[in-house]
Amino acid sequence: MELYTILRQFADSWMLLFLFSVFVAVVIWAFRPGSSKTYEDTANIPFRHEDKPATSKEARQ
Amino acid sequence: MSNYIKLIVLGLVAIFGMIAANYARDVAYMVHAMIVTAVSVGLFLWTLRHTDEPEIGKLDLAGEYMDGVIRYGVIATAFWGVVGFLVGTFIAFQLAFPSLNFEFLHGYGNFGRLRPLHTSAVIFAFGGNALIATSFYVVQRTSAARLWGGNLAWFVFWGYQLFIVLAATGYLLGSTQSKEYAEPEWHVDLWLTIVWVAYLAVFMGTLIKRKEPHIYVANWFFLAFIVTVAMLHLVNNMTIPVSIWGSKSVIVWAGVQDAMIQWWYGHNAVGFFLTAGFLGMMYYFIPKQAERPVFSYKLSIIHFWALIFLYIWAGPHHLHYTALPDWASTLGMVFSIVLWMPSWGGMINGLMTLSGAWDKLRTDPVIRMMVISVGFYGMSTFEGPMMSIRAVNSLSHYTDWTIGHVHSGALGWNGMITFGALYYLVPVLWKRERLYSLSLVSWHFWLATIGIVLYAASMWVTGIMEGLMWREVDANGFLVNSFADTVAAKFPMYVVRGLGGVMFLSGALIMCYNLWMTVRKAPAKEASLTVAVPAE
Repeated sequence: MELYTILRQFADSWMLLFLFSVFVAVVIWAFRPGSSKTYEDTANIPFRHEDKPATSKEARQ
Repeated sequence: MSNYIKLIVLGLVAIFGMIAANYARDVAYMVHAMIVTAVSVGLFLWTLRHTDEPEIGKLDLAGEYMDGVIRYGVIATAFWGVVGFLVGTFIAFQLAFPSLNFEFLHGYGNFGRLRPLHTSAVIFAFGGNALIATSFYVVQRTSAARLWGGNLAWFVFWGYQLFIVLAATGYLLGSTQSKEYAEPEWHVDLWLTIVWVAYLAVFMGTLIKRKEPHIYVANWFFLAFIVTVAMLHLVNNMTIPVSIWGSKSVIVWAGVQDAMIQWWYGHNAVGFFLTAGFLGMMYYFIPKQAERPVFSYKLSIIHFWALIFLYIWAGPHHLHYTALPDWASTLGMVFSIVLWMPSWGGMINGLMTLSGAWDKLRTDPVIRMMVISVGFYGMSTFEGPMMSIRAVNSLSHYTDWTIGHVHSGALGWNGMITFGALYYLVPVLWKRERLYSLSLVSWHFWLATIGIVLYAASMWVTGIMEGLMWREVDANGFLVNSFADTVAAKFPMYVVRGLGGVMFLSGALIMCYNLWMTVRKAPAKEASLTVAVPAE
């Protein structure tokens, strides 16, 4: 088989499956247990440190 | 020491620029060489003036955000916005009244030369400056860190302005690759590549030294925009210059591959420049203006990944019924339709951020502006997938419907969210208590909204009309209308479109006046309020 056909068949089979699984994994990961609490904190990032950068003491790990 | 290296480099660039101007094979290249020479000589003198100066009163700025470059970015955004809207309104009237293609401007100021000037001015100059300024603002606030790289951010700002000037003068003088949204020739492309790498470095550097454990979602969108635009720019501009002393170059891709790469680039310029980057703005400025966190952070993560996975495949829908293989254009069509999901997910996330605060729509014209921009985002991301369906495309393609679609997205979504961000940023950056006038914001809102409605509605009518006229055949299978018949029939709609442009432009001018007066006249924020209050 020439290169074009090999790449095309790979793209619409295994690569498609791989990318789709990555996406499904991301969705499942977003809904992992305990994520709501983390995301609540993350969603409030815009409301902190409006005027000045955090000092190393304030840095959150 | 670094100043000595700068002086050597600037001197060499200036000499090269003079040689290039002398050997130049075309006018555009010569003018560009002279601009580059003038800029590098000016910078040479400026650097020389500041070399070996005693370092007195050097402040430690690590405890402050770097806002100077953002203030410049806000001014540049407003300035290029007005320039771009003005050129757009003028060429709209050129289409309605061809005599506006003045005899004395032939070859420089006719529609064909001004159109790319308009598209690049609004997308890259207005939109690009808005993206650079807001991304620098957002990444600092959400990382709780000063911009990385010191004066590199200034290099990004001024380097980008130089790119805009080179691109714009090139269009007028006829230096173009004839690729939509990628018109600048090889030497300008190389300069943009350097500036863009610096931009990526500043942005990534700031993210890496962040003081928050998580990267806020707006930064994900901004980063996707920067990285993807770099990739698109490099692949779509793989050209070999005919001569190092001339602006003409030849692309390495040929035929249908070149067309496919161009529209892979073109559609992702829409997807990542005009969508992902501006979604970054939406995810920061709407929560800030509404004073409540985004509706669902989980949805924003899914929105991000779905958009990234899908958009990159949608390009082939620009090439229905061409030499492109059917499977490829079907793929583009299918992915465009699936894009409905993340687009509307993102729209819902933006709109629902206001849930519980809908009363703000009545009292705050700035949030009204942001909300209508998300509304236009939803509308144009509904219209786009519909137009990508092959059967619809056979009617809509090459007609004014496409132009109407682009403008409801660009004026409605990109324009309005940028205006909202500017109204938010100016009082904050210049430490004013509030905007100069909210009623002027309302005027801007209504002028812009009615202007867009006039624009989009007239383009729907004229687009569908000319599409139907082109395909009309009589009983014997002969075409009924000549092309000139459709041009004549479109005249009234072209006038309405031009008037819509005048309204949108007037709104932008009112905004500039309002922002200017905010800086000059609005009461300053009290000193005690600028002292940072720890968040918790």
